[in-house]
Amino acid sequence: MELLDGELELREIQKLEGHTDRVWSLAWNPTGTGVAGMLASCSGDKTVRIWQKGPSGSWDCSAVLEDTHTRTVRSCAWSPSGKLLATASFDGTTAIWERVGGEFECVATLEGHENEVKSVSWNASGSLLATCARDKTVWIWEAQPGNEFECVSVLQGHTQDVKMVQWHPFLDVLVSVGYDNSVKVWTEDGDDDWHCVQTLGEAGSGHTSTVWALSFNSAGDRMVTCSDDLTLKIWDTSQNPSETSGDGSGSWSHLCTLSGYHDRTIFSVHWSRDGLIASGAADDAIRLFTESKDRMVDQPSYKMLVKREKAHDMDVNSVQWNLKEPKLLASASDDGTIKIWELSEVSKVDNFVQSHHLLIGFCQPQVVNSIGLCTLAPLFMSSSRDVKESELLDSKVPIEVFDT
Amino acid sequence: MTLGMINAHPVVHAKKERVARSEDLHSDDALDALDVFDILPPVASSICFLLDLSTELLEFDSVRDIKDPEHPYSLEQLSVLSEESIAVDEKLGRIKITFTPTVKHCSMATVIGLCLRVKLIQSFPPHFKVDINVSPGSLADEEAVNKLLNDKERVCAALENPSLRQLVDECLYSNELYSL
Repeated sequence: MELLDGELELREIQKLEGHTDRVWSLAWNPTGTGVAGMLASCSGDKTVRIWQKGPSGSWDCSAVLEDTHTRTVRSCAWSPSGKLLATASFDGTTAIWERVGGEFECVATLEGHENEVKSVSWNASGSLLATCARDKTVWIWEAQPGNEFECVSVLQGHTQDVKMVQWHPFLDVLVSVGYDNSVKVWTEDGDDDWHCVQTLGEAGSGHTSTVWALSFNSAGDRMVTCSDDLTLKIWDTSQNPSETSGDGSGSWSHLCTLSGYHDRTIFSVHWSRDGLIASGAADDAIRLFTESKDRMVDQPSYKMLVKREKAHDMDVNSVQWNLKEPKLLASASDDGTIKIWELSEVSKVDNFVQSHHLLIGFCQPQVVNSIGLCTLAPLFMSSSRDVKESELLDSKVPIEVFDT
Repeated sequence: MTLGMINAHPVVHAKKERVARSEDLHSDDALDALDVFDILPPVASSICFLLDLSTELLEFDSVRDIKDPEHPYSLEQLSVLSEESIAVDEKLGRIKITFTPTVKHCSMATVIGLCLRVKLIQSFPPHFKVDINVSPGSLADEEAVNKLLNDKERVCAALENPSLRQLVDECLYSNELYSL
């Protein structure tokens, strides 16, 4: 991607309200409809909401999936086709919803975990689903015709609550992270025989507290994990994933640790198609990181690109990049809201005008953008934000006026 | 404005510990703090603690919870809190609480910690961030208990457990009528 020149910021596009309890997780539909797609959110209010961009350009709630889960819905994930949504709940079940037009119908309920299900993930082809729970296990389900799902393997190995599972972007390699501070890599030996081929974090470069989330880069050769230990760690696999013999196993190593940025638990991390890592934490902030192009350093390294403090009023639980518009980011919070952000350049004009506060006496402006050229009167105006004509006439907006 | 250390002066009323209760919970050597949230404790007549926290910060309603020990319906206690310290930073919106359970029973410590967390959530604005720990040296597996008490997801899940929630509610509102 062409990194934008100049200073970048996360600009808030819209705040989505509707959930009546904390929002835990978000998922962008990989196909969706319209230009930017469809967003699913799940909450402590036991529902899942679907949000879409309407004709007016604003995001509206187009569906509420309720009366199915009896407890918090903790995680949601779209199938690669975008037709199915899996939702994982503290009630111990994972529900599968099928999208028919604008409506959603629950077509399957996966039971088996002994307690709260924390995460659900589809593999690249949509043939497999993985779930994990506080019962310390990871379950692998095979999707069968007629929306049937069969459990093909129960993976034991974690010694505590498993927080998240995530499939590799194109290989059938599964990674799970959890309360035992570890990151585990699982592959299949043929015929549903899944086993853990690697545990990251045992040798000393690992996390020192609960690992909450992980995300792969689009090339599938790096992943980032985030933790209660206040760090983000980047892991790299030397094996070329596109080699026929490569199965992504056994070869992940620690690349770098990002620390000193967030000062409370980091709950979520997501790697965009364009290589930007977004993190959301209990310090209410969102931060973006990118690979540093500093040639002085031999090792690849990462640096912080943007920080958005007070992104929400409370903990940020989830950050997710839109899969089609790589500058669009969604975040979810304990405050019950979801925000849509756009990564954009800080406008130089905005910087200029913020120090000027004058009211104009008269004008009949027609053009009202940040640098407004008044077409009816020979006045040059600037304002710190777009201004409606009615506001100008009310003289409520601080505007600087220059005689041209 | 800045951190204020508050010494709590708890009023606690120890009652005779029922042996049967502790057997329900765990044997000492198999103690796993994490299992406490799986326990469906007997209905709440078993546990209560009286907590009297006073605060010098006048902006906040005191986290004061005085129970009348003479109340005919007071509940039995298993655990006694000997001293707590609370640090509140209004500006940052942070609360740090450290408590010392006098019974070195970690499942009790987790329940007490949970009660404290609920009490604090109810007493302070929602944006406040709360850290709860047992005081160092007060428990053998204090690390495990501290980790659990500060895992937001585990706390949420625990509070969705109706029996546990009921227990917590009754601990906090034990002046509600509770007949034998």
